[in-house]
Amino acid sequence: MTATLTAPKAPPHPVGQSRSRRRLGPTVRFLLLLGFLVLVFIPVYVLLVTSFKARGEIAASETWSLPSDWTLDGWETAWERLRDPLWRSVQLAVPGAVISSILGSMNGFVLSRWRFPLSNLVFVLVLFGMFIPYQAVMIPLVELVTVDANIESGIPALLVTHVVFGIPICTLIFRNYYETIPNDLIEAARVDGAGMLQTYARIILPLSAPAFVVTLIWQFTSIWNDFLFALFLSTDDNGPVTIALTNLSGGQLSNYQASMAGALIAAAPTLIVYIVLGRYFIGGLMAGSLKG
Amino acid sequence: MTDQARQRPKVRHRTRISTWGPGLLLISPSLVLVGIFVYWLIAKNTKLSLSDKHTAIDPEEYVGLDNYRELLTEDRFQHSLTNLAIYTVAFLAGTMFFGLLWALLLEKGIRGEGVFRAIYLFPLAISFVSAGVVWRWLLNSAEGEDAAGLNRLFQIVGLDGLQNPWWDTPNWGMVAIALPAIWQLSGYVMALFLAGFRGIPDEQREAARIDGASEFQLYRHVLFPQLSPVAFAALIVAGHMSLKVFDIIYVISRNTYQVEVPATYMWQVQILQGDPAKAAAIASVLLAVVAVLIVPYLIYSHRAEKRS
Repeated sequence: MTATLTAPKAPPHPVGQSRSRRRLGPTVRFLLLLGFLVLVFIPVYVLLVTSFKARGEIAASETWSLPSDWTLDGWETAWERLRDPLWRSVQLAVPGAVISSILGSMNGFVLSRWRFPLSNLVFVLVLFGMFIPYQAVMIPLVELVTVDANIESGIPALLVTHVVFGIPICTLIFRNYYETIPNDLIEAARVDGAGMLQTYARIILPLSAPAFVVTLIWQFTSIWNDFLFALFLSTDDNGPVTIALTNLSGGQLSNYQASMAGALIAAAPTLIVYIVLGRYFIGGLMAGSLKG
Repeated sequence: MTDQARQRPKVRHRTRISTWGPGLLLISPSLVLVGIFVYWLIAKNTKLSLSDKHTAIDPEEYVGLDNYRELLTEDRFQHSLTNLAIYTVAFLAGTMFFGLLWALLLEKGIRGEGVFRAIYLFPLAISFVSAGVVWRWLLNSAEGEDAAGLNRLFQIVGLDGLQNPWWDTPNWGMVAIALPAIWQLSGYVMALFLAGFRGIPDEQREAARIDGASEFQLYRHVLFPQLSPVAFAALIVAGHMSLKVFDIIYVISRNTYQVEVPATYMWQVQILQGDPAKAAAIASVLLAVVAVLIVPYLIYSHRAEKRS
């Protein structure tokens, strides 16, 4: 949609300006940016407007207009349907983020500052786990978690799965971060006779807060937003909010008001995290490209 | 030479097991878990894909590459691979275009830059499931009187000619279904490029300008060449996400044949048709496609790091 609407307006770089050797004026740039802002906001406008409409008010001709009667009916229906799954998502995403961050911190420390033979190879092998399509492990995974390990399907099974598959990215973020800690600090501790655990606890951990914020946010967001694992390891009755939202919006009698309100409710926690801690959110993004 | 000499004592120091042993012990639980959940399960899935376990209760008997042979000659699977290729090209073109364009517009600094950046990035914080709810409605295929979603918007702004059936279009429907993904991830590519631009020292621009380079020449010969590692990283990350696409297609199309990709086909075969061996084979092919992209990248990054 965005492509077709705006392609003619904006050349990718200021070719036309080159001869006169002038920069693309700040005003022009500002207006272009504003235009894209509007485009990016279109889906949000639709979500908001539709969520406040009354059930009868969804004739095709009125789809882009503001509600004539503002009502909270859609929000009430959505809240009713999503309240329990939301709570389950909290019980999944919070511990999941904490546990994989702690494991990631230990891994990152050892793989950057307390290396063992072939530790670089081990690191690359761990990293591979964050790129695989999870379909390639899904069928035996369901059996391993719910049958072999006898873990209850739903939140417990998902928690174990998300913790393990969160290890690679958390390890990567912590390893990149610890690489920036001066080696002298660690050597000094070594000279003082500190062992590995002492070095980790006294030198490394107190410096780790920024990396923890990044991994906690990253893991919370990706666990909260996960749909694929939830689809295979849980049901509408014991699954997270993404499953409940899909069922809410996919029923035979599509209730657009409730679906749109539900989408906003389900997105609210990660959006709030993004708004409050956006700076750190970007840190996790950058790690995704392996560049730290 | 001097570097090597300086490092040698450290290396010897590290070769004693009493030194590195505790570290390995500390992280061994993680390593064992990743080993089981990634490598052991991939092995089990591969074994399943080489068997004739075509229902949940069939025994798993080895049949070699039969499932793969059938799959690769099957029209439906080829269709899903073609769809995936179209989707990936559209998605990469879209995200790279908007990502680079936004980064270019922002990189020299502008009033309200932080706000623009934050808003271009925010779709990334939302799940494909939430986004899918609204995009499913925006990409409604009805036209004319019944038009809703974007088709209705085109009517309102007087661009009736742009109305189209979106993802209901044969073949090109994949481009339509890439739009929500482009909406979500262009900001990510922008952030990568912006970081790349900001990493280039200002002196280089000044030097180029003093040498009489035009703005275009400055970008073409000074700035863009230094951004190629960023562009490469962005392509790999976005590319592998694209190959794994599942959520957005599932949520918007509810598994319509028209826009089927290997990931959604695998779900159908496993859950609706209950054929584990075939589903495992589809998943293995998908893994191979992603690995072709990722493994060289991992090796390359690993080597680059060693060198530095």
